[in-house]
Amino acid sequence: MSTATAPRPAEAPAAALAVADAGDRRELRFSGRLDAYSIAAVWHDALAALAAAPERAIVIDASRVDYCDGAGIAMLIDLLRQPRAANAPTSISGLRPEFEALLDQFDPAAMQVPVEAHVTRINVIAEIGRAAAITGRDIKAQIAFIGETATALWYAAKHPARIRWKDVWYTCEQVGVNALPIVALISFLLGIILAFQAAVPMRQFGAELFVADLVGLSILRELGPLMTAILLAGRSGAAFAAEIGTMKVNEELNALTTMGLDPVRFLVVTRIIAALLMMPLLTLFSDLIGILGGALTMLTFNIPIASFLHEVDSLVDVKDLLAGMAKAPVFAVLIAGVGCLRGLQTQTGASAVGISATRAVVSSIVLLVVVDGIYAFVYYLLDI
Amino acid sequence: MPADPIITVEHLTAGYEGNVLMQDLNFSVHRGEVFIILGGSGSGKSTLLKHMIGLYQPMGGSIRIEGDDIVTAEGAARRAILNKIGVMYQSGALFGSMTLLENVRLPLEEYTALDGAAMDLIARMKLQLVGLDAFCGHMPAEISGGMQKRAAIARAMALDPMILFLDEPSAGLDPITSAELDQLILRLAKSLRITFVVVTHELASIYTIADRVIMLDKRTKGIIAEGDPKVLRDTSDNPWVRRFFRREVAAEPA
Repeated sequence: MSTATAPRPAEAPAAALAVADAGDRRELRFSGRLDAYSIAAVWHDALAALAAAPERAIVIDASRVDYCDGAGIAMLIDLLRQPRAANAPTSISGLRPEFEALLDQFDPAAMQVPVEAHVTRINVIAEIGRAAAITGRDIKAQIAFIGETATALWYAAKHPARIRWKDVWYTCEQVGVNALPIVALISFLLGIILAFQAAVPMRQFGAELFVADLVGLSILRELGPLMTAILLAGRSGAAFAAEIGTMKVNEELNALTTMGLDPVRFLVVTRIIAALLMMPLLTLFSDLIGILGGALTMLTFNIPIASFLHEVDSLVDVKDLLAGMAKAPVFAVLIAGVGCLRGLQTQTGASAVGISATRAVVSSIVLLVVVDGIYAFVYYLLDI
Repeated sequence: MPADPIITVEHLTAGYEGNVLMQDLNFSVHRGEVFIILGGSGSGKSTLLKHMIGLYQPMGGSIRIEGDDIVTAEGAARRAILNKIGVMYQSGALFGSMTLLENVRLPLEEYTALDGAAMDLIARMKLQLVGLDAFCGHMPAEISGGMQKRAAIARAMALDPMILFLDEPSAGLDPITSAELDQLILRLAKSLRITFVVVTHELASIYTIADRVIMLDKRTKGIIAEGDPKVLRDTSDNPWVRRFFRREVAAEPA
């Protein structure tokens, strides 16, 4: 096949448009390469030039077009299908026969309507070595993932318009709004249990009122954020791993990669942003419901809600609330990141997605406890 | 037709986890032809394809698409190569959470500055090319397997690539649907002058669409036959190759 019929697009100059009026006709002279990357501006100008001359016959002069792909043909069809007066029709001249053939493929009218595993015996030493190698590879993968994610988040921060916000809001609903009932239930029960367990022995000393301080402090500083995070890991961390894992099994991730799109930017960034937005709100919600649970329990010990709240207010500081809330964003990134990583690491096979979801939950809960421990230590050192 | 190589594979050695599947492969795909990769199960046809589209890293050798090596290219250079190719995966790999139109629009949204109406028009035209313009708003799960494959071809063509890679287009399809897909491939190859690289072992479809085939063999880890399938069937020196094309039950090559 000669190069004349399949020219390389890169060799021709970008699309350009010149408009000229001659008598009762208007000529739209296209030149260069009409391809998907360069025609956006020309397309817009051409439509405007067409609309601005309703009384003139339009002649699209394509004789200087060096190359025209499907997108270029789409533009020509778009121009041809614009409604015109009977005495001012639109026509094309000078289009090379090979491009003419492409145009003929379309009907402008139709466009109007809107593996089985080998059982092999492995000796203990080999097994230990293998496990060590796997762990080593996993750590390497995690470090690489942290780097990739950081790069993608940095890119997202610089180009906020490139973030797929539709996916972010959808994930926010999944992660945040839909989690409210379960977070409310668990936090409420936690408040009740905590208050009740403390109230019984403390009543022997007539110190029931201080249950309010115990409930307030422990929920705001520790249990609110931690329980919310564990619930989020179980619900959304697992869901992220399963969704991305299924996409991997279905070759959807490969499809993204061959389009030159980064799965991390495409799938992970949206989920991390959604978790970052929702986690602090859920934590605050959990704190409120937990304290409410405690207050209601203490009613049965003849402590009115007003006294309970007054007691909480007198000892618990805004600092305590903030100490708990400061954990939320870190927990959010950790849960969403681990969930996505486990999803991306999914192997092939029917059970692979389940394994990824399990690994997501286990890894994130372990990491949550470790990070929470670090927080406790730092707060102790800083005397917060 | 003078040979004008669009893809050149040189000294390619590939496999995974220390397991060499192919050794020192050399071949080229010519511009505008329908090129078919053949071989028995396990000979590494799909693996070869995935190397050619840059998904897998070869153990050695080079794969040049219009002179640019996809093995070593990175960043913008790699994206430039990827924009010249389109891939249809065996399962279609349509994004299940998007309609057909949105699937085809995705590459346009990501790579062009066109406005929404223009992208919709281009996406609809691609779907019209594969005969699916009536199903623009459908989700992939709502259409048949054959239609999913055609929609996947439409998506692969979104940015007008020069080369389309098809991984087992007729797998899991009935003979009629599979024949329709063959006609579609021929039509696209002729009218849009797209170069096709197809992995298949459907004999009927090979005779219909192929300009040239290569046949992989897992024993020799190399190419045992190359050329026009009808000529190979009649004149190949290798009896196993002749029997493959005649679909005779035979022992594997010695």
